[in-house]
Amino acid sequence: MNFWNDPINFITMWLRNQFGGWGMADWLVNVLLAVMGIVVLIICAMMLDIMLVWVERKVVARFQDRFGPNRVGPFGLIQPFADIIKLLIKEDITPIGADRIIFNLAPILAMTAVLLLWAILPLGSVIYGVDLNVGVLYIIATGAIGTLSIIMAGWASNNKFALIGAFRTVAQMVSYEIPMLVAMLIPTILAGTMSVNGIVHAQNVWFVILSPIGVLIFIISAIAELGRSPFDLNEAESEIVAGFHIEYTGMKFGMFYASELLHTFTFGGFIATLFFGGWRGPFAETYPLLGLFYFFIKAMFFYWVIMWVKYSMPRIRIDHMLAFNWKFLTPLAFVLLIVTAVVDKVLAQTNYHATGMLLANIIVGWVTIEILRIHARGLRKKDDIPAQPSTQAAHH
Amino acid sequence: MQNEWLYIGLFMLVGVIIPIGAITVAWLLGPHKPNPVKQSTYECGIETVGESWIQFKAQYYIFALVYLVFDVETVFLFPWAVALGKLPLFAVLEGVLFILILITGLIFAWRKGALEWV
Amino acid sequence: MDFMQIIFLLCAALILGAALMVVTTRNMIHAALWLIATLFGVAVLYVLLNAGFLAVVQVVIYIGAIAILFIFAVMLTRREMRDQGPQLNKGWWMAGLISLLSFSGLFMLFTNWSGFRRTMVEIPAGLDTLKELGLALVSPNAFVVPFEVASVLLLAALIGAVYVSFRGK
Repeated sequence: MNFWNDPINFITMWLRNQFGGWGMADWLVNVLLAVMGIVVLIICAMMLDIMLVWVERKVVARFQDRFGPNRVGPFGLIQPFADIIKLLIKEDITPIGADRIIFNLAPILAMTAVLLLWAILPLGSVIYGVDLNVGVLYIIATGAIGTLSIIMAGWASNNKFALIGAFRTVAQMVSYEIPMLVAMLIPTILAGTMSVNGIVHAQNVWFVILSPIGVLIFIISAIAELGRSPFDLNEAESEIVAGFHIEYTGMKFGMFYASELLHTFTFGGFIATLFFGGWRGPFAETYPLLGLFYFFIKAMFFYWVIMWVKYSMPRIRIDHMLAFNWKFLTPLAFVLLIVTAVVDKVLAQTNYHATGMLLANIIVGWVTIEILRIHARGLRKKDDIPAQPSTQAAHH
Repeated sequence: MQNEWLYIGLFMLVGVIIPIGAITVAWLLGPHKPNPVKQSTYECGIETVGESWIQFKAQYYIFALVYLVFDVETVFLFPWAVALGKLPLFAVLEGVLFILILITGLIFAWRKGALEWV
Repeated sequence: MDFMQIIFLLCAALILGAALMVVTTRNMIHAALWLIATLFGVAVLYVLLNAGFLAVVQVVIYIGAIAILFIFAVMLTRREMRDQGPQLNKGWWMAGLISLLSFSGLFMLFTNWSGFRRTMVEIPAGLDTLKELGLALVSPNAFVVPFEVASVLLLAALIGAVYVSFRGK
């Protein structure tokens, strides 16, 4: 085993020899190595987070036909560091009547929930934190902690708008977890395991080809789960003045903002992992660092797609949003699940597996569009009922 | 398997310490000059009107309730999905029956108007 | 006192302490948050018993749905955030005595039960417990009938909740 084939184990072996040479107990060496690995992973995630601020501002600027930050450093690359310094030296204002403990706990929990996701993200064939055998549900569990932190923030602020924002956020995030869970059941069925690394290993054919509608449902629910536009009622600046994080200043607000960006990137990573092959690519098995590169490219691409949706579409009203979820996405997701399970079982060992699944998905999509078209036609007919009686009444 | 969860526990510990560290650095570096105007509740720049509570809107609770039932159902489906490769077709249809019974529940809630946001 | 025992004792202390705080704290939202701490402790307990799937399910369902339902219920029906007054009334020593007596009675009963002294079965390495659970849930000589009955139970819960909320409409 040399460095290029197995970097993490190589470094671990070397460090273990060093520590053993100093005469440390075995369990202490293990704990120390684990903590070092965790700190490196978290520091990388935070550095990435800082760069994501720059990416966000540049991309939104380009979508809006302007330049974005270009004063501070070449191409504005030092801008995020200036932002962080600004956030660090701002005053920490706690409003009167706020519940101090919960008020301070909420941003910490928001950031922790996102950082916890990096423990199971497979960055390369042997580069990952840990290979949990319940990885897929673990993603939802950390989402639950994030949702909790939003309620805590909204309640502890002692502010009507924060409370309304928190309620609407939780109603939205919680509703969109169902299609997300069902969309995550589809790679589980196709791979036969819930561990995220196992799902990547099982993708000889990328799962996007086996289930394109599953990808669509997952992307839409992920955007809603993250609270990004067009589902960003939690922080609708024009509606409820920044929602649940109105009363937060300085670095606490920075924690919420940074955790949202990092969460978006992590979900981009999960879209890439669950459906687009994760770190798979040419030569990724023998050179894990190449796998890391492929993963990063794919995750960045999906981060860009999520930003593209954000800056192209207006905000959706809350009743439309909830109706879209419960009356369209959830039934569609369940129907897709049933079709996937049956087709997968029937065509499991044959050669027609991939084409059969793709065909089943196309049929489900076509039937859905037909149903929507008939429904829209029915609605239009209702609107076209002649309005003569009411106009005559108005004339009188 | 417990070693993996131990790793997650350590991760949680470090993951809590780092944001606490960041916020502590901010607390040390920032000024501390509280005055009543700064600390008053924000309401678009005017004085607050009324107490800080909102009207009870039952729809929030109903959506959370419907979500709870479907969450439990979906979690039941996870072991079935993992074992799908080794199951005969009959077992797959049992799972499909499970899903269909709960879709009936969704249709019931839809027809009763529980999914409206009035 | 090996490592697992230390973790178990800490976890048990968390669960019991948080449960005590749930019933004695003055602020209702704090009570809900202490309940979340208790449920999280139970999830850690599941991990100690090698049931990782149940631990994540505990977090997803209990903390992610049921605790949020509790918090909604508290927030939507309380007018203020401030203290609600002391939670212990005059007869608390009598209640404490009775609960202590019931606990000792239960303890006597359990120590005489044979299952109390059974040690944990070692799972053979390489056995995928999740796949076994899935196979057991749908195989006709295991748990398929409870599986389908659970779905009917969930349907009944959903219909009941919707009916109770919409009786007037």
